[in-house]
Amino acid sequence: MTNHLETSEMLLNMGPQHPSTHGVLRLVLKLDGERVKAVECVIGYLHRGVEKIGENRTYMQFAPYVDRMDYISAVSNGLGYCLAVEQLIGAEAPPRAQIVRVLFAELNRIASHLLWLGTSALDLGAMTALFYTMREREEVLKIFENYCGARLTTHAFRIGGLQYELHDTFEAETRAFSEMFKKRLDEYEKLLTKNPIWVERLKGVGILTAEECKSYAVSGPMLRAAGVNWDLRKAQPYSGYEQFDFEIPVLHGADSYDRYRIRIEEMRQSLRIIDQALERIPSGAIMAKVPKVLKPAPGEVYVSIEAPKGELGYYIVSDGSLHPYRLRVRPPSFVNLASLEKMAVGALVADVVAIIGTIDIVLGEVDR
Amino acid sequence: MDAALFYTFAAITLAGALATVTRRNPVHCALGLIFSLLGVAGLFLLQAAELLFAVQILLYVGGVMVLFLFVIMLIHLEQAARLRQYSRQWPVALAALFAVFLEIYVLAQSGLPGLPPSPQPRLNAGGNTERIADSLFYVYALPFEAASLLLLIAIVGAVWLARKKEQPQ
Amino acid sequence: MTFETLLPYLMAAIFAMAFPLVTGYLVLVERKILADFQARLGPMRVGPHGLLQPIADALKLILKEDTVPKDADKFLFYLAPLLSVVTAFGSFAVIPISATLRIADLNIGLLLISALAAVGVFGIILGGWSSNSNYSLLGALRGAAQLISYEVALGLSLVTVVMLSGTLSMQGIVEAQFNQRIWFLFGNYGLMLLSFFIFLIAAVAEVNRAPFDLPEAESEIVAGYHTEYSGFRWALYMLAEYTNIFIICAVAATVFFGGWLRPFANIEWLAYPMDAIFPAALLFLSAWGCARMKLFPFTALLGISGLVFLIPAVATALSAPFWFFLKVSAVFYVLIWFRASWPRLRYDQLMDLGWKRLIPLALGALLANAIIGML
Repeated sequence: MTNHLETSEMLLNMGPQHPSTHGVLRLVLKLDGERVKAVECVIGYLHRGVEKIGENRTYMQFAPYVDRMDYISAVSNGLGYCLAVEQLIGAEAPPRAQIVRVLFAELNRIASHLLWLGTSALDLGAMTALFYTMREREEVLKIFENYCGARLTTHAFRIGGLQYELHDTFEAETRAFSEMFKKRLDEYEKLLTKNPIWVERLKGVGILTAEECKSYAVSGPMLRAAGVNWDLRKAQPYSGYEQFDFEIPVLHGADSYDRYRIRIEEMRQSLRIIDQALERIPSGAIMAKVPKVLKPAPGEVYVSIEAPKGELGYYIVSDGSLHPYRLRVRPPSFVNLASLEKMAVGALVADVVAIIGTIDIVLGEVDR
Repeated sequence: MDAALFYTFAAITLAGALATVTRRNPVHCALGLIFSLLGVAGLFLLQAAELLFAVQILLYVGGVMVLFLFVIMLIHLEQAARLRQYSRQWPVALAALFAVFLEIYVLAQSGLPGLPPSPQPRLNAGGNTERIADSLFYVYALPFEAASLLLLIAIVGAVWLARKKEQPQ
Repeated sequence: MTFETLLPYLMAAIFAMAFPLVTGYLVLVERKILADFQARLGPMRVGPHGLLQPIADALKLILKEDTVPKDADKFLFYLAPLLSVVTAFGSFAVIPISATLRIADLNIGLLLISALAAVGVFGIILGGWSSNSNYSLLGALRGAAQLISYEVALGLSLVTVVMLSGTLSMQGIVEAQFNQRIWFLFGNYGLMLLSFFIFLIAAVAEVNRAPFDLPEAESEIVAGYHTEYSGFRWALYMLAEYTNIFIICAVAATVFFGGWLRPFANIEWLAYPMDAIFPAALLFLSAWGCARMKLFPFTALLGISGLVFLIPAVATALSAPFWFFLKVSAVFYVLIWFRASWPRLRYDQLMDLGWKRLIPLALGALLANAIIGML
C-alpha cells in the first residue's frame, strides 16, 4: 500500500516574539505532529557588542556595562568583573568589602532563582507561583535600592571594594528577609514540589547526563542536577567563600525536575551563607588602595565565579594602555543554551518550553 | 409552519450534499457534509424523533466529522488538491443519478409491495427515548450485539492496519 | 397570550442580550479571584475596584482593527467564531433556573447540551485551520483531540445521572432529586461522588480551562486556535468560552447539586431559614464587605436586597434562582481555583489521562452505579 498523502512536517518558528522564549530567543522547530524532529537556535537579536565596547572604555568605565549582560543577576556580573580587574592590577578588596560582596551576591542569587522559578512555572501553566516569587524578589530589590539606589542594574561594587558604606537599616532588612523567606520557600515547595502535574511535566524531561554536560561545558545548577559536584564557590573559592559553612546540593536525575530541586535547595544554602555573613561583617575600610587611573601592566587574566546560572568568566588581556586589549566574557547562559538541541530533539513542543525554562537563560547574556 | 421548516431543512441537506461533492477544498467539502447532516438532524426533529436528532448531531457531526477534519488538517492540502478527482466519471454518475431518481419515482407512485404504509409519527408522544432503548436492547438485542461485535472487529482491524510497520533490519 | 407562554421568549431574549455583559463580569470576577489567590488586587483603575473594567474591555475590543491573515480562508475565518457562539448560546435553551424560569423543557435536554458542545468543536477546528498559521493549526488539532476524547468520559459520567433520574430532561432530573430526597452528588450510597469527580475533570477539559487549557496554551502555542483573531471576532471566541463555562457549571449544579432546590428541600420547617434567612445573611455579609471597601452605594443596595429577602413572599419567589446561581458560582469558583493552583498538562499526558484512566474509570463507575441502582 503506497501513501499518496503524507502527513506534513511542520516548520514552526518560535520567537523572537514568543511568550516563553524569555526575551528574544528564536527557535526554528521542525515538527512531526507535536514531536520535535529538529531544533535550530537563532540568537543575536539582543547583540550590543559588549565585548567590543569593552575595548574602547577604561577599566572603570566599563564596569556598569557588565550589569547589562545578565540583568537578572547584575551583582554577580559586577563581582566577576571587579575580581578580574583586581587580579590584573594586583589589588585585593578589604575583608569588610569581601563579606559585603558575598552578601549581595547571594541575595542576587536568590533574586535570580526566584525570577527563574516564577517564569518557568508560568511557562508550564502554573501562573500563581510567578506572583509569589516576584513578591519575594521585590524585597531583595528593595535592599539593593536602599544600598545603591538601583534595583536591576545595580553597579553595586567598584574595582578595589565598595563605593558606599552599608546603609543603616541593611542588617535589619536582610535579617527580616531571611526570616520571611525561609517560610516562603516551604510555601513554594508545597505549591509545586509534589504537585503531580508539575512532577509529570518535569521528570525525565530534557535529560542531559553528566558526560553530556561535560562535553557541552554546561555549568551551574544544570551540571549539579546531573550528579557532578562542581561549584566554583567550593572548587576555587573567591571573595572569602571559604569561610562559610554551606553545602553544594547535588542530584542525579539529570532532568528538569532535579534542576528545579537544585535551585530551590541553592536558595536555602544562600540563606545559610547570608545568615553567617550577617554575623561576621568585619569593620574597617571598604576600599583598597587603587590608583585613580588604571593602567595595568601588560598581561592577561581569567577569573570565573559561580553566577546563579553557572560559571561566569572574564578573560581580560591588557597591553598596558588605559583600555583592555581584549575583553572576553564566558557567559553561562550562552554555553548552557548550546545543549538545547541535544535535549529537545524527540521531545514534545510543551517539553521544549520546559527545557528552555530549566536551562535558565537571559538573552542579554547570551547575545551580549 | 411545519412545511416551511421541512423545506428549509431539506434545502440545507441538499445544498450541503451538493457542496460536499463539488468543492475542491476538502475542508469545504467536510463543512458541506456537516451542514447536510445537520439538515437531516433537523428533519428528524420535525418527525418528533428527538433522540435521533441529538444522536445524529452528537455522533455524526460531533464525532465522525471531527475525525474527518482532524485527518484532513494533517495532510498536505496542496498535494491533495492536485490528486486526480473523480470528476472524469461523470457519465457513470449521471446514469446512477438517473437510476436513483427513477427508483424514487416508482416507489413514490406504487409503494413497496409487502410493506405497510409508513405510520404517521406520533407528535408530542413524550419522547421516544425509552421506545428506542426497548427495541435496541430488548427486541433486537442480538442483532445489536452482533453489530457492536462487528464494529469491535473493525476497530481492531483498523488499528492493525494503521500501526507503523517495523523496519526490516 | 398569557405571561406563562411569553416567559420562554422573554428568557431567551434576556439570555441573548444580557450574556455578553454577564460574560464580561465573569471575566472580571475570575480576574479578581485569581488576583486574590496571587497576592495582588486585580483590575482597580476603571471604576471603583475595577467594576467598569468589562465595559472598557468591550469598548476596546469593538473599536479594534479586525485583521484577517494573508492567505486565510476568509469564509471559514468569519464563520468559525459564529459557530462557537451560536452553539454555546443554544445550550441555554434547556438550562432551568427554577421550576418556571426556563426556555424549554426538552425530554433530551442533557443530550442536547452534549450535542451542541460537540458542534462547538468546529468553531475551534475551523478557526484554527482557516487562520493559515502554524500555532493556530496546532491549537486546533489539540482542541479537536482533547474535546472528542473528554466528551466520552463526560457522557459516561452523565449516563449515571440519567440512570438515577430515569429522564434526560434537565427539569426532570431536578424533580427526580426532589422526589428521591437526595442530591445526585450523594446518590447510590455515595458512589455518585466518583461520577461527579469524573464529570468535573472532563468538564474542565471540555471547556479548555487550566490545567487542560492546551488548545490555547499561551506559553507553548501563543494563543492556540485564536492566535490570529483580533477585535470583535476574538471577543466572540471569549464570549463562547465563558458561556460554555457557565453552561458546564450550570449542568453540574443541575444534575449533581439539585439545581434550583435548596438544601434539604423536603424538610418543610427549613423552608424559611434556607429560602430567606440564609440569602439575607449572605447579602448582609456582602454588604459589610462592600462597606469595608468603601463601596457604600453597593452596601446600601445589598443591604436593602437582604431586607427584601426576609419578606416571606419574596423569599419563596426568589429562592430558587438564588440557590441555582449560588451553586453555579460555587462550581465556577472551583474552576478558578484549579487554574490558580495547577500547571498545565502535556498533550500526551492529557490523552493518557483521558483514554487510559478517565474512560475506564467512567465505565467502571457506570457499571457499579448500574448494579447498585438495580439492588
